[in-house]
Amino acid sequence: MTNPENAAHFRDEVRAVAAQYPDRHSAVLPALRIAQHAHGGWLPREAFEEVADALELTPAYCRSVASFYDMFHLAAVGRHMVEVCTNICCGLRGAQSVLEAFEAELGVRAGETTDDGEVTLRTVECLGGCAWPTVVALDERFRLSVQAGDVPGIVAELGNG
Amino acid sequence: MADRPLIVLAGADERDLTRLEEYRAIGGYESLARARTMEPQGIIDELLASNLRGRGGAFFSTGRKASFIPKDSPKPTYLVVNADESEPGTFKDREIMDRVPHRLIEGCLITAHAIRSQHVFIYIRGEYLEEFEVVRAALEETRAADLLDGVTVVLHRGAGAYICGEETGLLESLEGKRGQPRSKPPFPAIQGLYAAPTLINNVETMATVPKIIELGGAEYAKIGTPDSTGTRLFCLSGNVERAGNYELPHGTTIREVIYDLGGGIPDGRELKAIIPGGSSMPVLTPDQIDTPLDHDALRALDTFLGAAAIIVIDDQACMVQLGLRVAQFYMHESCGKCTPCREGTRWMVQLLHKIEDGRAVQGELDLLLDVCDRILGKCLCPLGDAAAMPVASYVDKFRDDFQAHIDHGGCPFGGESSLEGLLAPVEQHVHHPTVELPS
Repeated sequence: MTNPENAAHFRDEVRAVAAQYPDRHSAVLPALRIAQHAHGGWLPREAFEEVADALELTPAYCRSVASFYDMFHLAAVGRHMVEVCTNICCGLRGAQSVLEAFEAELGVRAGETTDDGEVTLRTVECLGGCAWPTVVALDERFRLSVQAGDVPGIVAELGNG
Repeated sequence: MADRPLIVLAGADERDLTRLEEYRAIGGYESLARARTMEPQGIIDELLASNLRGRGGAFFSTGRKASFIPKDSPKPTYLVVNADESEPGTFKDREIMDRVPHRLIEGCLITAHAIRSQHVFIYIRGEYLEEFEVVRAALEETRAADLLDGVTVVLHRGAGAYICGEETGLLESLEGKRGQPRSKPPFPAIQGLYAAPTLINNVETMATVPKIIELGGAEYAKIGTPDSTGTRLFCLSGNVERAGNYELPHGTTIREVIYDLGGGIPDGRELKAIIPGGSSMPVLTPDQIDTPLDHDALRALDTFLGAAAIIVIDDQACMVQLGLRVAQFYMHESCGKCTPCREGTRWMVQLLHKIEDGRAVQGELDLLLDVCDRILGKCLCPLGDAAAMPVASYVDKFRDDFQAHIDHGGCPFGGESSLEGLLAPVEQHVHHPTVELPS
């Protein structure tokens, strides 16, 4: 967000969100989300400076908040994010085999990003789709009832997206 | 099972109730209009008469909680809706937001009137992106139709933290902080959001309120059992043929849910264990399957209905692995504020790993129970208990599974357990590229 026009737009957007709350601190989570989106899915040092600037807080405060939450990424991630639920309900119905199919198809282990920077794969806690195991979030959109056999098709879709 | 009154999901099978005109066609927002002609206390009286109790898991009287809100506070009064559903096994609030968002909004507006509040915040779990979008669209329709009547409703998305489902953790998060629970008292009714009087209610609780106003509290109280009135969205998952949400009156038995509605256990397997209220609840055994699903009946068995998530476990599951995965979840989600929870959940995971791998000595089984005991009731919030209670119950009720690991020096399932090797987020290999990615 080195472009001054983008920076001004970001500040305006964050301040509009902050206006919904009696206290500007409440806008930290939404502001971090907007910043993460603008920075390709993660929060580099500048992102904290931008959020802090827009909300008149310190970058350190913003980082301390971000580090508490699983959906904020403090290091670079791929262009796409694949998250496989491995909690007990999906686990009882084959989540590990779905995860291993993604590992094989993408050539990375859970927690890693493909060499071309396209896809980050990770396991996550229960996504709230327990009746339709396995739940996989593709760029935050849920895919329900995923089986290992569905994985090559899903990975191909990501390649085209 | 002939009598299946629908309260929360009424009409959603027949119509697209995400649309305002469809919701109005079945009488939607008529309860709100009626409520606004009533005195706030009149609404609280109906809630008290209904004996509605919180559907988030704590089962506290909704009417009583509303009555704790001071009527003469110089500060604004807030209604905060807890839509941070994250208890493993629970997926009912997601369905409510997806299918009956207007009923949720109507319940919020009625409840706001009951406590003289002009400010509603709905804290929606961050991962529930599509649900957020559905509720946002419904809220826009409500606003355009001038139904808000001066009340502001803000949708606030979480960002991935189970602990923010705990009411004071949620308030901290909503105030833009790390979601670490507060010490109580003061209770939120006196000093909640921005240190002002705050009522916090679950999504399902709110979505039940319009029907209570429509029927009258006394009439609603006739559904279910005297102690546990009304219906519940039971989230059925695990090793069962037809998993899903089933709205049923309290008092329906576990057998009816798993076998009559759920179609039983697939693949010719045997039922081994039932978790009655979400992953934090003590487990039940097959001989307890005729227990009615209501608060009192489950309390008598030393467990809870919780968030009404019924997880069915068949005989292919190793209970040590189940305990390990549950403990890993709570270790991951512990906010770190209280030592017994922060350290205790780690010790539990270490001990369960040792038992599962066959490295544990006999005394470590009792040590595991001792660790559970040293967590229970010793923290500011129930997260530590949520790890200790179920795991202690697995050891207690499936001691043979645990003992076999020690006797045989490893897992007796020999790699054939359904939960074998499950990679928890807390243990996944974490690697991030250290260089900037190509743009």
